[in-house]
Amino acid sequence: MIYLNAFLIGGLICALTQILIDKTKLMPGRIMVMLVVLGSIFGAIGWYDDLIDFAGAGASVPICSFGNTLWKGVKEDIDTYGFTGIFTGGFTAGAIGISSALIFGYLASLIFKPKMKD
Amino acid sequence: MFLGSASVSFDEDIFIQGYASVVGKKEGEGPLGNLFGEVVTDPMFGGDSWEDAESQLQMKLVTAAIKDSGLKDSDIRYIFAGDLLGQLIATSFGVKNFNIPLFGLYGACSTMGEALSLGSVSLAAGCAEHVLCMTSSHFGGAEKTFRFPLDYGSQRKFSATWTVTGGGAVVLGTAGGFAKITGITTGRIVDYGYKDKENMGACMAPAAADTILRNLEDFNIAPDSYDRIITGDLGLIGQRILLDLLEEKGYSISNLHMDCGIEIFDGHTQDTHAGASGCGCSASVLCSLILKNIRDGIWKKVLFVPTGALFSPVSSNEGDSIPGIAHAVVIESECR
Amino acid sequence: MDDIKKNYDDYVKSVTPTTSLAKNMWHAFLIGGAICLFGQILITLFETIGTDEETAGAYEIILLVFLAVMLTGLGIYPKLAKYAGAGTLVPITGFANSVSSPAIEFQKEGQIFGVGCRIFSIAGPVILFGILSSWVLGLLYWIGSVI
Repeated sequence: MIYLNAFLIGGLICALTQILIDKTKLMPGRIMVMLVVLGSIFGAIGWYDDLIDFAGAGASVPICSFGNTLWKGVKEDIDTYGFTGIFTGGFTAGAIGISSALIFGYLASLIFKPKMKD
Repeated sequence: MFLGSASVSFDEDIFIQGYASVVGKKEGEGPLGNLFGEVVTDPMFGGDSWEDAESQLQMKLVTAAIKDSGLKDSDIRYIFAGDLLGQLIATSFGVKNFNIPLFGLYGACSTMGEALSLGSVSLAAGCAEHVLCMTSSHFGGAEKTFRFPLDYGSQRKFSATWTVTGGGAVVLGTAGGFAKITGITTGRIVDYGYKDKENMGACMAPAAADTILRNLEDFNIAPDSYDRIITGDLGLIGQRILLDLLEEKGYSISNLHMDCGIEIFDGHTQDTHAGASGCGCSASVLCSLILKNIRDGIWKKVLFVPTGALFSPVSSNEGDSIPGIAHAVVIESECR
Repeated sequence: MDDIKKNYDDYVKSVTPTTSLAKNMWHAFLIGGAICLFGQILITLFETIGTDEETAGAYEIILLVFLAVMLTGLGIYPKLAKYAGAGTLVPITGFANSVSSPAIEFQKEGQIFGVGCRIFSIAGPVILFGILSSWVLGLLYWIGSVI
């Protein structure tokens, strides 16, 4: 059932975001920021992990999950290290997404050339 | 002789002596494909970046237009040219090897109108015998400068237009040619406060309406004294707005109006949404369809009105509106 | 007279055709859902070969990012995005696309000012405001835990 839930919830988050793209003049960058901030707030309230339990990758693959991940990293580090955890937790927890995108993105810039659209 | 608020009617002879158009692959596959002087299928035009590609394009244009006029490089007194890239780098690097004095122009997509206007004025003033007027745009360079990297995944709205890869160049001279520039109306900046850069037709249509109206008033003529009134790159939405704006002022030009941005692509099969845009849009259509019809005597007199949206990524980020500008040029056939 | 000018924004809206929202939402739903489903399949696969839940999630992210970067470099991701809209923007693959596409585009401007400075030109705000919002929430949490 986790597969169906992943498909439905992941699809639903995307479909709702499409409303923002089509009905507002918000640029994609702004919409991504909104999703990430929402994700961290939902994480802090404790809803986001419930959603991941229900939908698996349907909740963890959308970018809002990145906000939740950052929040959880901050919370864990505060629990372990106290005040400095507010500064260390986010990057520790977000490292996989950021580093993999940076490293693969950089390597891609060495291999690929920009392409014309038609 | 200057007329009305913003026009000049030339008593001197200003002839179109030669012209050239060069476009990219997609433009070559469009409805006007076989009218262009050269279709280049390599999007880099033999260069190694989008910017270099556009310079290569301008180099081809200068060479081809001078050849078409039967002149030599050294016969050209001035080049009036511009493009859309920051600080006009496509033009600077494109024309540097010709050793011809250059006036670099920025009028956004209205640049061809500005170049023809200033070229005509300098000839009329007796400051030159031959000048070359040119502009270009490149889809890759324009996307990179004004929107996103080309490999970024985003959806274009229906109101968005497709930047033309291409350009046009015209050689003007004081003696002998198949057509004459007999007047100009210089655009003023018209700002209706509109901000959506994915709907540039709506940003520019008020400027086009303003310039066309003042052209008719200054010359004291009716719209139907032109065979065609041809705007630059309003696209489908901009055209509708232009017609409505002129209707409001009591002019109906729907049977005379043509927009280069609508003509150059087939919106259904080429997925260009509201039409085409870019300096190269009006310039390449002028130097193919329009001048051909004038040379063949099919059109005796047209009003060519390239339109530009005056914004930069900075002004747009800072929340400014996008004003428009449009420069009109009266072109008359010499065919009797 | 000048009615159009007075209500220009509304007038433009009335003459601008819109694309079908329902259709776009359906495309976004299908592709976005499919990417998430694929992610879930990857997680399960990694778990069945014996990795723990957290590591399986990490492998899944790395693999999705890798695939998205490859599809970006091959010019396939933007084609998919034209159809899918938010369906390719919202998943982590969209983030990977937003990092790799400027890196590829600006390589001509050199390693430092081209790739280096521009690589975050689209994704930078996501990281900044993600870090900032989690920092603010963390600060509140820390104050709560101290009191």
